[in-house]
Amino acid sequence: MTSPLLRVRDLKKHFPLPGRLLGGERAAVRAVDGVSFDIEPGETLGLVGESGCGKSTTGRLILRLIEPTAGEVWFGERNVTALDKTALTALRKDLQIIFQDPYASLDPRMTVASIIGEALTVHRLVRGRRDRDARVVELLETVGLSAEHLRRYPHEFSGGQRQRIGIARALAVNPKLVVCDEPVSALDVSVQAQVVNLLEDLQSRFGLTYLFVAHDLSVVEHISTRVAVMYLGRIVEIAPTRALYTNPVHPYTEALLSAVPVPDPTQRRERTVLEGDVPSPVHPPSGCRFHTRCPVRLPACAHDEQALREIAPGHWVACAVRAGA
Amino acid sequence: MSDAGAAPAVVPAGARGARWRTLARIAREQPLGAFGALVLLVMVVVAIGAPVFAPFDPTQGDAASLNSAPNARNWLGTDAFGRDNLSRLIYGARISLMVGLGASLLGVVVGAALGIVSTYRGGWVDTITQRVMDALLAFPMLLLALAMAAVLGPSLPNVIVALAVPIAPRAARIARSSVLVLKATTFIEAARATGCSDLRIIVRHILPNTFAPLLVIATAYLGLAIVQEAALDYLGAGIQEPDSSWGLMMSGSATALALTAPWIVIFPGLAICLTVLASNLLGDAIRDLLDPKLRGK
Repeated sequence: MTSPLLRVRDLKKHFPLPGRLLGGERAAVRAVDGVSFDIEPGETLGLVGESGCGKSTTGRLILRLIEPTAGEVWFGERNVTALDKTALTALRKDLQIIFQDPYASLDPRMTVASIIGEALTVHRLVRGRRDRDARVVELLETVGLSAEHLRRYPHEFSGGQRQRIGIARALAVNPKLVVCDEPVSALDVSVQAQVVNLLEDLQSRFGLTYLFVAHDLSVVEHISTRVAVMYLGRIVEIAPTRALYTNPVHPYTEALLSAVPVPDPTQRRERTVLEGDVPSPVHPPSGCRFHTRCPVRLPACAHDEQALREIAPGHWVACAVRAGA
Repeated sequence: MSDAGAAPAVVPAGARGARWRTLARIAREQPLGAFGALVLLVMVVVAIGAPVFAPFDPTQGDAASLNSAPNARNWLGTDAFGRDNLSRLIYGARISLMVGLGASLLGVVVGAALGIVSTYRGGWVDTITQRVMDALLAFPMLLLALAMAAVLGPSLPNVIVALAVPIAPRAARIARSSVLVLKATTFIEAARATGCSDLRIIVRHILPNTFAPLLVIATAYLGLAIVQEAALDYLGAGIQEPDSSWGLMMSGSATALALTAPWIVIFPGLAICLTVLASNLLGDAIRDLLDPKLRGK
């Protein structure tokens, strides 16, 4: 096997809460609390979980758009978490991101040519404006737009078109890895399919590797090679897509998958309905973080932390009951 | 035939003709802004060419006609020293426009720069800057300007600086509120992900998106600076007689004569109003022209 393109090791991000001026430890939201995974070149790793589980934060930590509290991110031979400013800027040529909200992620005062061309200018990949515009037109055509859009402003486009502009911006520097942070969640269903197909086309054309963050399990199943499931800042299960969807082992994965609607009204399924709400990430439960809502919990789950254990080749689960030592 | 004859007349104009056409189009789209620009342009031309346009020496009084009403000789009447009001108004435009434009531009530029950089940086730099701004905001504008003028001494550049000082913290606050919003937007995060330097993010992304409110307060403070300059004059900390400024014309002995010889104060007052109105109209037009969403509508 080739060496991984990206290695994430015990990554943590705690957002301190305001208050507590004197004495005592400041409380913190443990958004990401010890996440480790690898991404192989050319694959798509899906990262799923419900709102607030830390999946988007993980994506931003990998690009160091926010500084991690602890842990390491290795991109090839480069330790992303230890790079200085210059090296970090250089890294941005290889590591890019597509954002969730196509309305908020484009500067309203810039033309499409400036938005997409900015990366080319910053990394000195083009000489002069004419050269830049020629390359931007090329990128626009790659994502299904055309040269006539060059001088337009973001408000003149639909959500789907804006997301294509965001994709073109990420592609401008010929990145190796693209973090897709819920790239289709804000779009209409019909447009979602187009954008997902575009992302797949681009992957095979340019040999891209994706970290695909999403909460839509059907989309993730469609696009991913492997899928990681997050709950309260930790990965509870990570496996090849087929294995995870046909044979979910962790009770949380099971519950999550049973919530996916099936487009067949006659089909009756057994659903695992979870009780209660997600506990606060400020004071996460002791032991296994899922034990407060787990249908198969044992008394020991309340105090024994669970590490990921490999139950089948490439299939890792953090559960004492289902994948007990 | 007529076509062939008309064509050469247009072609030699070339790029210059295109520029004029663009200007004409903008003037059609923004008639009020064009009016404002025209008024300011005329004022500036008249101020620069004051010796040409003024009918009399603004410092020489005529003892034979004190406080005379507008007439054929003195179109806008004369003041308590028998000096021609129109000439004093024209010469006064030099100082008033310089003070108004200078103080509002200086105050807004310095204030906005402080506000944008400190808010963007955040942390202790921001805390210290903001507390200094708080301290400056605690004083009434005129009191602060007066204190500054008293320290600096009466001269035109000093008056401009003195009036700019209370404007700066207000501009800084306005810039701060926009930057706080912008800092949290995804497109700023996207710019960082692209690899933009902090300087580039500030100049290319933050500044253009903060520009509209700054332009609005700059035009508002333009008028205020002209009026406050008058107050400094009155208190002896600004421009000194026999020099002339619109504020000076409206203060001092003129106020006592406001009822018996109203023309002395009315015309400089109108000049200030017209300047403020013109700059507001121009400012609004520029703001609209710079907003891609409003352009061409």
